[in-house]
Amino acid sequence: MSDRMASASVPLLQLRDIEKTFPGVRALSEVSFDVRAGEVHALLGENGAGKSTLIKIVSGVYQPDSGVILIDGREAHFATPEDAKRAGVATIYQELLLFPELTVAENIFLGHAPRGRLGRIDWTAMRANAEELLASLDIDDLASDMIVGSLPVGNRQRVEILRALSHDARILIMDEPTAALTESDVMRLFDIVRRLKARGVAVVYISHRLDEIFAIADRVTVLRDGAYVGAREVAETSAAELVQMMVGRRIENLFPKTAVPIGGPVLEARDLVRRPMTKKVSFAVRRGEIVGLAGLVGSGRSELAQTIFGVTPAESGEIRLLGETVKIDSPESARAKGIAYVPEDRGVQGLVRAMSVLHNFSLAALNGLSRWGFIDRSAERRMAEEGVERFSVRTSSVDEIAGRLSGGNQQKIVLGKWLANNPRLLILDEPTRGIDVGAKAEIHRLMGELAAGGVAILMISSELPEVLGMSDRVLVMREGRLVAEFDRARATSEAVGAAMMGSEPHVEKAA
Amino acid sequence: MSATAFVAAASARNGGLRRFASQEALLAVAVIGLAIVVGFINPRFLAARNLSDLLLGNAYIAIAAVGMSMVIISGNIDISVGALIGVLATLSGSMAVAGIPTVLCWLTPLIFGLSVMAAQGAVVAYLRIPAIVVTLGMMSILKGGLISVTGGRWITDLPQDFHLADRNIYGVPMPVAIMVVATALAALWMRYSAAGRAIYATGGNAEAARLCGVNPQRTVVMVFALHGLFAGIAALVYATQLRVIQSTTPPGLELTVITASVVGGVSILGGVGTVVGSTLAAILIAEITSALVFINVSPYWTDAVRGALILATVIADIVRRQRRAARGWKR
Repeated sequence: MSDRMASASVPLLQLRDIEKTFPGVRALSEVSFDVRAGEVHALLGENGAGKSTLIKIVSGVYQPDSGVILIDGREAHFATPEDAKRAGVATIYQELLLFPELTVAENIFLGHAPRGRLGRIDWTAMRANAEELLASLDIDDLASDMIVGSLPVGNRQRVEILRALSHDARILIMDEPTAALTESDVMRLFDIVRRLKARGVAVVYISHRLDEIFAIADRVTVLRDGAYVGAREVAETSAAELVQMMVGRRIENLFPKTAVPIGGPVLEARDLVRRPMTKKVSFAVRRGEIVGLAGLVGSGRSELAQTIFGVTPAESGEIRLLGETVKIDSPESARAKGIAYVPEDRGVQGLVRAMSVLHNFSLAALNGLSRWGFIDRSAERRMAEEGVERFSVRTSSVDEIAGRLSGGNQQKIVLGKWLANNPRLLILDEPTRGIDVGAKAEIHRLMGELAAGGVAILMISSELPEVLGMSDRVLVMREGRLVAEFDRARATSEAVGAAMMGSEPHVEKAA
Repeated sequence: MSATAFVAAASARNGGLRRFASQEALLAVAVIGLAIVVGFINPRFLAARNLSDLLLGNAYIAIAAVGMSMVIISGNIDISVGALIGVLATLSGSMAVAGIPTVLCWLTPLIFGLSVMAAQGAVVAYLRIPAIVVTLGMMSILKGGLISVTGGRWITDLPQDFHLADRNIYGVPMPVAIMVVATALAALWMRYSAAGRAIYATGGNAEAARLCGVNPQRTVVMVFALHGLFAGIAALVYATQLRVIQSTTPPGLELTVITASVVGGVSILGGVGTVVGSTLAAILIAEITSALVFINVSPYWTDAVRGALILATVIADIVRRQRRAARGWKR
């Protein structure tokens, strides 16, 4: 942050009021962003906040519906990734786009190798150019003739960076570059980023790891649900403030959590261990209680849920249901004991898209609906029709293919099929992610109803307002451990946010 | 634009069950329509003798296709079925010639088929090796083993009462009766049993099925075992209608069986299809093969026509899926 020499000039890249809508989903609305030469500008936000869409617009993969892109202050139109590349934009995606069988030099110059006579590739020049690039970043542990497939991930990533530089990239976008790196690789990556900065390259750095942003970025822009929340100088902000911006406080929803009498414990977990993400976790959920499980993405929330549900059974520790010690070693056994789990990714985990609404509804209840192995079809239909009614699933009929419905309606089916089982413990993983406000309110209403009916609910959510609004108690996970617990009265967004981050609350900055 | 919207809206109104039914109706119409058209060109095609030969000679393919359809619906594939039928037919015939009681000769292929396939299913399910690899290996083992053990000797002088396929039941030739009963039972079971539903769920989304308490591994073993049983029945029908069992596998039989499933509307990606469709498709394919002869087209064209049929069906399936996926975005 010491060198601000370039900050006075016109930003190298500017985005103004970018809008992008996919069918049924508003991915970005009125997002503005800029990055100057020699600056690292971080883009921060939870999954689904619109970071990826934004960088795909900058790199020409998508075209914005409205808004302008300015390069050096002049308007630019990127119809294809090729256009963006010509304008000096290079993107390094999370999944590296390298050819493992080829050498470092071949990968760097793929598609624009130096040519000799008759269009022959000039191998000598290519190798020399590659060595020159390596030298320019003081990389001495890579050689131009190494086979990329044999390199560790961190080194492959540097090859990708070199490839970007070989295109004379002036704007380098890095999408969660440290996701797969070891600690020492991260250090070397930061070293390279600093060198690029010194050369006047503008770096757009995407991450949701706050420590990295404080280590490497000059400015940070926060996105949430596709909307621009704000930009801060890194030197002038705090982790608590950024978390607040990321998870936000939205007023659009009224969370209808009604007070219901809370009974005895339904689930008691003691010292649950499942490597690598569940480390000695103990907690309880009681009858009629909604317990919110907060934490950043990657803190081990979903892993904990899957351990309780037997997807990844616990290696040690104890699970008690209604006071009785139980052994849960598969989803089948969890289900038989009255646990229901509505997974985070309904497409992959929750729904059989090719099957009808009817069959999806009954899938989790087949044993109860069958006699001598055959399904009682009228009971099945009744169940599905009741479910469609109760959950206001918008479908032409229960015979409609589930994959044809909207995301919110699909989520209602996933939720509904579990409730047909009358579970005692319901685990909801991101129950309202990616669905519209109306469907969201309906799901919240249902959760309230279920709790009132005596179901114990464990809800994982990345939306702090949802956690705070719906929960009787809030548990916070960080790095595989439960680090804090708040009752409803004391669960404020500041306190929970600070626990999620692991920062000392209210120390760095008055909120 | 508005035309596409109209088509999309119209097909969206088609419910799930109706969509499956329409594939079967289409095949039934094709089977009858083709007979009429070919009969118009060459009336001898419609002779009772020809039609009955056509059904009798291909019933075993339809029976094998019933099991194959289940396997493909579960998200797997089996290419060892042709070789297995060859082995089972030889086994059954050899036992009959050796003077072993006929009932045992009939039951052995069923039990043996079930066991071999269940074992393959277990390897696929528990060792997580793709079915195409496992069954490719098994195909070679069975083919190689068969020729090594028999030395390519033909089995002749089969005892008279061995020929189950020659019998009639209430006037219906046995192969046709078995085909109809096998298809009907399998169809009812696939549609109305919890286990059948588990097969669709596993093929459609194994992860979701698992979270719903379906055991995908057990389902896959079960599907293969049943497929083995149907392969055994197919082998029984095949063996007992021959005077001479050649101790080799009918060439390309596995592909014919897979073709029947795919043309019958079973999605090669799993999760979609019915066994009624595959039986109708098996009949349609046999009919096309025979029709080519009657309208004087070189039989060499048979494979090409069959191939075109596969491509057309698969493309139609993919197009349908893409339309559905595109609609999935809409609210």
